Amino acid sequence: MAITTTVNGTPQSLDVEPEMRLLWALREQLGLTGTKFGCGIAACGACTVHLDGRAVRSCVLPVSAVEGKQVTTIEGLAQGGVLHAVQQAWVAHQVPQCGYCQSGMIMAVAGLLAQSPAPTGDEIDERLTNICRCGTFVRVRAAIHDAVKAGATS
Amino acid sequence: MNKWTRRAFIGAGTIAGGGFLIGVAGFVLAPSRHSLVADDAAAHGQLTTWITIAPDDTVTILVPHCDMGQGTLTALAMMAAEELEADWTRVRVQEAPALDAYANGYIVRAASGDYVPAVLGRGIDYSAFKLAEWFGFQTTGGSTAVRGTGEYGMRVAGAAAKEMLVNAAAAEWGVAASECVAKGSRIIHAASNRSATYGELARAAAAQKVPTTPALKAPDSFTLRRTSPGRLDIPSKVDGTATYAIDVTVPGMLYAAIAMAPVHGGTLVSVDPVPAEVMPGVKKVVQLKEAVAVVADSFWRARKALAALSPEFTDAGHGDVSTASIFAAFDAAIGAAPELPAEATTVVTADYRVPFLAHATMEPMVCTAKFEGGRVDIWTGVQDPLNARSVAAKALEIDVEQVTLTNCLLGGGFGRRLPFTFDYVDLGVRIARAVSPLPVKTIWSRENDIQHDYYRGAALSRHAGALDASGVPQAAHSFYTGGGNAEAVAMPYAIAATSAEEKESKHPIRPGQWRSVLNSQHGFFKESFIDEMAHAAGVDPFGFRLALLTEQPRVKAVLEKAAAVSGWGTPLPPGEGRGIAVCESFGTIVAEVAHVAVSPEGALKVLHVYAAVDCGDVVHLDGATAQVEGSIIFALSAALLSEITIEGGRVVETNFRDYPMIHLKDAPKVTTAFVRSDAPLGGLGEPCVPPLAPAVTNAIHAATGIRVRELPIRKTPLARA
Ligand code: FES
Ligand code: FES
Repeated sequence: MAITTTVNGTPQSLDVEPEMRLLWALREQLGLTGTKFGCGIAACGACTVHLDGRAVRSCVLPVSAVEGKQVTTIEGLAQGGVLHAVQQAWVAHQVPQCGYCQSGMIMAVAGLLAQSPAPTGDEIDERLTNICRCGTFVRVRAAIHDAVKAGATS
Repeated sequence: MNKWTRRAFIGAGTIAGGGFLIGVAGFVLAPSRHSLVADDAAAHGQLTTWITIAPDDTVTILVPHCDMGQGTLTALAMMAAEELEADWTRVRVQEAPALDAYANGYIVRAASGDYVPAVLGRGIDYSAFKLAEWFGFQTTGGSTAVRGTGEYGMRVAGAAAKEMLVNAAAAEWGVAASECVAKGSRIIHAASNRSATYGELARAAAAQKVPTTPALKAPDSFTLRRTSPGRLDIPSKVDGTATYAIDVTVPGMLYAAIAMAPVHGGTLVSVDPVPAEVMPGVKKVVQLKEAVAVVADSFWRARKALAALSPEFTDAGHGDVSTASIFAAFDAAIGAAPELPAEATTVVTADYRVPFLAHATMEPMVCTAKFEGGRVDIWTGVQDPLNARSVAAKALEIDVEQVTLTNCLLGGGFGRRLPFTFDYVDLGVRIARAVSPLPVKTIWSRENDIQHDYYRGAALSRHAGALDASGVPQAAHSFYTGGGNAEAVAMPYAIAATSAEEKESKHPIRPGQWRSVLNSQHGFFKESFIDEMAHAAGVDPFGFRLALLTEQPRVKAVLEKAAAVSGWGTPLPPGEGRGIAVCESFGTIVAEVAHVAVSPEGALKVLHVYAAVDCGDVVHLDGATAQVEGSIIFALSAALLSEITIEGGRVVETNFRDYPMIHLKDAPKVTTAFVRSDAPLGGLGEPCVPPLAPAVTNAIHAATGIRVRELPIRKTPLARA
């Protein structure tokens, strides 16, 4: 039985086994390859998407869990052709290196700021647990602080 | 000696549509394989060279290196555009296709001179070029891109193109070329108030004689280099559109999940394929010499079906190998510590240990392949597409001409995707042959990746040093296992007697090149030991080193810079400390100061790392800074946490839970200071890795008095009674 959900604002029907992880349904069924596979065990965050606005790790989330819900992926984060404040900060700070972790990193940060628009530096440090093997954390941190500021003034 | 000369490799021609291209071809070392632009290149539409100028002024620069996120493509394009005097906003850059004409191995070899990048190992030997399986390198590794391709290739191509454009304009206007100036993608003749764009001049320029020794700009007239234009790859990496090997889609594509012999060298004994074959979506269970693959219509189904199998593998006779047995053999091979002169007043001895390490690139290994009619199409991510082609040809027993390889963005490299380590290409094409003619994407799980890497070698190093009565070091000797070379073991310090001797101790763990290669082990050994000698002498570790650097002005300047920016010597609260270390590798000198805090319970926090870097000059300032920051975080993760352990001949760790990485909260602040010198350009992707671990362990000692002699640091308790 197909699972119906909304992905980046578009209704979708996913005709896959319900226990298939959302990550693979997004990538292989819907062709949304911006969401990455890094570990498959919720340990790295490369697969982070938003489920009803909250950041979740899609590599462990069964497709059945998104029935009737709103999924947002990195491809759907910009609105009306305008990059999200977090994406803009990422460009301004030239954060990505290889870039592979960055979809997940950006989605995690956007999710975090949606929940808590003015986190302290310590909160940011504690709550962002994505892995970046290229070691972009110095810029990640600076870019988040900028995005928080932009959020505060917008 | 094949001396690299600028004259040797410039060629030019026109392309379809009135464009103009100029190339740098490497026929010095491989005459038959690196042709200049063929007469009929235009007809074929095949660009065999580096710079193309279109009638609309767009300058397209091909770069024979892959992008792993180091900003190489942008930096190399800047080096060409600087000489070309191109308007940077009209410059496009592309990775060169995996064709012989773009091999860069000759550039690497020639540019290296007396320095041969370790990543190329035996392949760098000229004779190796003649072996059938070698038809060139297109490697990105060994921090060679900017130093080799940039200095010897891209700059010259840009300068030659500019001269041809000037000559074309001068001829058209009937003026002297010396009166024409190139600027912002225009040639200007001020006296007659005439100017023309590069696009307008492109066709005529292509007909100009190719200058064999174009003049290069003096560094003090650079206008583009040393600035930080936005990196060209960034936009696609923030909106999900960047395409890595794992993102490739080919019509009709299947997916493969694999299980490999857990002990390297082991082979498949048997597997009952039925439990997988009856599962939904499964197309085939492929049995290979060293692995089983399940091919299905989705990766999820392939993985599930693979889990239903119980393959049996041999252990290749290595079932009793363990980390403990390897280190016991290291210890036995080294034996007693090196001898010291009898008159030494103070003797310092120490053993240092470092573990095996996996690369754990963020993107696991992926290879998509379609084998049909005796030829194969491959989509993958490699640090050397040409060598990867030859691996595929060998695996399939076909001619290399029958292999087409599309290289994708790399989700990290760190040495995992270098020549000689293309097992994922080798496996991927053999799986494709088994399901021919259907295309199949083989995706390694993280468990595959961690357990089947080419590992940074474990090593043991035993040191003995002597100081005289006034605390001046007289001798510093070491015996080590695990590999080394002259660069890695070299110490810059003026100590009367030094030596580092390798003791051979073989083991079957598959070796690889890991970011900064042998320097990653020896940096820790050397800079820990000199620190221990400083403490034995009762001298500040910075001052102690400085006093030994009178003959090494570059190293001295870098060390002093690191001390200055870090506030070395200023008071710190109890439980905090600073450590310093300096290493030279890949032509770059890096000194790092780590500032750490250790709680009484032993919790370590690295607060701030200060890096001073002399890589000659910097091409892209912000990109260079990013490499320094990234290297420090990468190295810190390894220093604090990473260890691959061997039990029963196999790797114990499986994924990021038992092979963990640091997170944002663990990341220190990083301050970067470049020290400009007139030395040749040094690499930047690796040299900031080696000094990090010793800087941190030296800082821990300063903070606690506890000397950490084994990595990862987490293995040493830091609690104070
Ligand atoms: S792939 Fe989902 S957390 Fe790593
Ligand atoms: S940018 Fe490469 S893993 Fe984060």
